[in-house]
Amino acid sequence: MTRKPRAHTSRLHVALAAGVVLTMIAGDALGQDTTRRRRRTEDAKPIELTPAQVADLTKLANSRKLSVDDLVAAAKTYLPSGRHDDYVLFSSGGQSGQVFAIGVPSMRLLRSISVFTPESWQGYGFAGDNDAVRERLKINGKPVEWGDTHHPALSESGGEYDGQFLFIGDKANARLGVIDLRDWETKQIVKNPLTVSDHGAAFVTPNTDYVIEGGQYATVLGYGYATPEDYKKSYRGMVTMWKFDRAKGRIDESQSFALELPPYWQDLADAGKLASDGFFFVNSFNTEMATGGIESGKPPFEAGASQRDTDYLHIVDWKKAEKVFKDGKAKKINGFSVITMDTSAAEGILYFAPEPKSPHGVDVTPNGQYMVVAGKLDPHVTVYSIEKVKKAIADKKFSGKDDYGIPILDFDAVKEAQVELGLGPLHTQFDDKGYAYTSLFLDSAVARWSLGGEYDSKNADEPWKLVQKTPVQYNIGHLCAAEGDTVSPDGNYLISMSKWSVDRFLTTGPLLPQNFQLLDITSPGTTMPVIFDAPIGVGEPHYCQMIKADKLKSWDIYPEIGWNPHTQALDPHSPQKGKEGVVRDGSTVTVNMTAIRSHFTPEHVMLEEGDHVTWRITSTEQTKDATHGFCIGGYNINLSLEPGEFAEFEFTADKPGTYPFYCTEFCSALHLEMMGYLHIKPKAAPKADASDTKPATTASAK
Amino acid sequence: MSAFLSRLIGPRIPDEELRTNRARYLTPTVTFMVARILLLVSIFFPYWHMELEAPQYPNGLFLTAYVNNLTEDVKEIDGLNHYIGMRPLGEAAAFERSASVYLMIAMVLMVEVAAFIHSKWAVLLAIPVIGFPVGFLIDLYFWMRHFGLNLDPHAPLSNSVKPFVPTVLGEGGIGQFKTYAELGNGYWLAVASGALIIVGFFFHRRAYRPLTLPATQNLKAAA
Repeated sequence: MTRKPRAHTSRLHVALAAGVVLTMIAGDALGQDTTRRRRRTEDAKPIELTPAQVADLTKLANSRKLSVDDLVAAAKTYLPSGRHDDYVLFSSGGQSGQVFAIGVPSMRLLRSISVFTPESWQGYGFAGDNDAVRERLKINGKPVEWGDTHHPALSESGGEYDGQFLFIGDKANARLGVIDLRDWETKQIVKNPLTVSDHGAAFVTPNTDYVIEGGQYATVLGYGYATPEDYKKSYRGMVTMWKFDRAKGRIDESQSFALELPPYWQDLADAGKLASDGFFFVNSFNTEMATGGIESGKPPFEAGASQRDTDYLHIVDWKKAEKVFKDGKAKKINGFSVITMDTSAAEGILYFAPEPKSPHGVDVTPNGQYMVVAGKLDPHVTVYSIEKVKKAIADKKFSGKDDYGIPILDFDAVKEAQVELGLGPLHTQFDDKGYAYTSLFLDSAVARWSLGGEYDSKNADEPWKLVQKTPVQYNIGHLCAAEGDTVSPDGNYLISMSKWSVDRFLTTGPLLPQNFQLLDITSPGTTMPVIFDAPIGVGEPHYCQMIKADKLKSWDIYPEIGWNPHTQALDPHSPQKGKEGVVRDGSTVTVNMTAIRSHFTPEHVMLEEGDHVTWRITSTEQTKDATHGFCIGGYNINLSLEPGEFAEFEFTADKPGTYPFYCTEFCSALHLEMMGYLHIKPKAAPKADASDTKPATTASAK
Repeated sequence: MSAFLSRLIGPRIPDEELRTNRARYLTPTVTFMVARILLLVSIFFPYWHMELEAPQYPNGLFLTAYVNNLTEDVKEIDGLNHYIGMRPLGEAAAFERSASVYLMIAMVLMVEVAAFIHSKWAVLLAIPVIGFPVGFLIDLYFWMRHFGLNLDPHAPLSNSVKPFVPTVLGEGGIGQFKTYAELGNGYWLAVASGALIIVGFFFHRRAYRPLTLPATQNLKAAA
């Protein structure tokens, strides 16, 4: 058969056409990748010091009075320009009401995040009248515009930090702040309606189903009143389980509940994990139920609350509590669901275990098997086993009940070990080598001690034994190891949150900074040097957590132009480019403004005295770090307009005049020119006619 | 078929000849085919890149031109350009960008037709493809020059940045920026496409020229 040449050619055409399509698809995918050539940051090449360089370095070290250890410490912590830290430390900002983010190992302050305190740089609480931030800072209608931030808690998935959210407790006012770590802004503040102040907040359950808030100073729950004589009868402690809705990024108050507790002073909390998942633990002091009264010759609280040799570790089966709450067995106090002590006792939710003496931290080991309670007024840490606790509950091994009918587990039945560390043990964290680290306040030291059980084989040291004490300067409170309260601590670094700095820095008047000290805990055994001192001169930080930096997935800029950080969505009211202007409806005026380097649109806004104004601004920037500000002098208004951000404020134009407004972030070479005028025309005609100098371009409201 | 037309489209291949010398006639066809594919594929690759370097942009700013699109940091570069009074880049070569894909399909179809013309006139149909890369560069240069030389004299930085001709290829500079411009993979695909067509014509001539000679002699003989 003779093949027609045309038939051959057309088959070839089909094959090649298919090739075109395939190559185009591949080409398209490839093209996307090749468009941007990422510039590599150049890492330094391996170095070798020449004898001359060694001589120079030695000379330099001697002239600055540096030891070899100092040089090594500097080499461990110094970061050249442009190099990033391995970890981020999220620290409470103490009475500043803020949270600080600090890089580790450089210990450089990266930024602060305002939570309970208005802060002008972030435009937090400076958005005129009815500011959403100021509104949510009110308690019982009163502005409470500071907080005593205590315990930050990073959100967890499976007991690991997931880098999505950060919670922070306000001890002074029993509040909780929720920070979204995509934009590092506070999204929500919840106020506990049961209690005035708290302490053990915030601690999360292993999947962040709940955020735990332990109380502290007993009151009559729900802002009630009773005299100290009625202390035992009417005062109560509490612990609250705040339900976290991860999809919404908010605490759901309607699904949250509390446990009524005896009026012991509940302290720190920690959630169980792995072996102890489903439980959480809170310790307590003042089980004496002392009521003080130094003014009438009675023992002061400090003595009265320290009489007994043991207090009570509270063991809470929160999964049971959750079920009881969902079954509707909670009662309402001040509108909030509370499981009473009677219900807790009847349902087997709450058990006590004796703990020596006025203890402070309770910290669960990474495998969840042990709870470590630091004695504070007792030189030991006492280690409890969850297995033994569960068995004692099952076997009803009780040594009695307290005055409120809560069963007390037999101490010897639940105790695993006691390790003598020194004076004033407060808090414990963990590493990856089978060591625990406990802060010793009175000894002013960090104790490294070896864990037993399945951790025994992880280091050469004998189990349940003190290994090393490194002095810190001074009066350490909390400490924090890298991911040291998760199911898989990293080791590497440890922070000593030293309360007093005394002589460590230049004297800054009678008020001195705290001292964040970095310890290198990479080597086992007795090697655990302090390698950096970082002064913190903004509030007294309380606790911090250290997360691997690459777990944080922060936004460079807001995802869309006109993004409202309060709703984490594109705002339907956000002014867009080309849609700017001023809309008047009687004396109600809406200003729609955009900001981009280096101008606001519009630049003149004409108002009349008494106008009520809603002013909306969108930054149409899309470049990382191209942040603008916006302020109006005399009206207490300042906004931070990050790229893509939408912000809104309200005010009444009650003081006439000509007000320059301007960009408060040095945004560009023409930053000073990034301004405009707000003209508020007086109601009565002014005596001297100044209206001749009418601006050429106006966006006057009709 | 008129003699003119038959001279234009050239001789058909006798079946016997094709069967014995298939490769000889397939080679130009396949070469043109590959050239057409390369040209089509080039639409999906960048033709031109410019990287702008300045102290405050440690990761650089990038401009990437496809035949029908200008992408990457256009918005930021426009934002910066407004300080020197340069018009937004989106206004440059708007017609070229909207027409380019149709133009390229037309060129591909012309080469397709050329594959069936077995005379030297086939070259005429392929000239646009061969000249396309040069045309692209000339157009790019024209627009860059036009934009650079026509700055708004009222712009804030008009005092320190005078009208200029941006560098189309290689290293240039404007203000605190250093610019590096280079041709992209798409451009090189288009160049390869043109080169293959030239190679294809070598095979084309080798295949069909011998067939033409006797045909012309026959015509002469008939006259």
